[in-house]
Amino acid sequence: MSTVLTWVSATLLTAAALLIVVRIVRGPTVLDRVVALDVLIAVIVSALALEAVVNRHGTTLPILITLSLLGFLSSVTVARYVERDSSEVAEDDDVEEGRG
Amino acid sequence: MTAVLDSASLLCLTASALLSLAAAVGLLRFPDLLSRMHAGTKPQVLGVLLALLGVGLRLRSGLDVGMLLLVGLFQCLTLPVAAHMVGRAVYRTDLVRSCDLAVDDLSVERTGEDGRAVDGDQLGPDDHVSEDVHRSDG
Repeated sequence: MSTVLTWVSATLLTAAALLIVVRIVRGPTVLDRVVALDVLIAVIVSALALEAVVNRHGTTLPILITLSLLGFLSSVTVARYVERDSSEVAEDDDVEEGRG
Repeated sequence: MTAVLDSASLLCLTASALLSLAAAVGLLRFPDLLSRMHAGTKPQVLGVLLALLGVGLRLRSGLDVGMLLLVGLFQCLTLPVAAHMVGRAVYRTDLVRSCDLAVDDLSVERTGEDGRAVDGDQLGPDDHVSEDVHRSDG
């Protein structure tokens, strides 16, 4: 029973990670990729938890703490830069319209 | 008793894996960026908390449970910040189709009196005045 559940969970997590990687590769905008990468971090946390449960050790728990603390920094940074780029483009458009 | 706890922990992990797969399918299938964010938050909160509950049920020692509580706390603290920033960037880069929205409360705040984008960080006491001017013009 436990072996079956372990294999089912591992298969589901692998399929989820592969589908998310497909979205990261195909994503039309940078923000699509950022959202998909955040979900991929959650999947990795679940996979590390599954490994800790199967082997019954707490060695990987500090990795989980680090991921949950720092995982959001990348998306915040990228979102900030994307926003700034778009506002600069809008200001340039305004300037061109004013000259025309 | 131990066997019951171990089975419960594996069931929690299986539920977390199911949520992850559902989110991945949603990320691939949904057409809009905001709906993709909506699908992605399921494993980020409930899936991770279920996985941590599974580890706690299996390990059952004080130090490990404390670290798992820290992980859950940090996850619940940092995720809304990231989602807020990404959602704001999505709106400001005009990736939201306005026909999908029933109510757009940000459109008044976003364009000031001269039609330029108002930065949310620079909101001051004068905003009430400019908002009144904008409304009287409309």
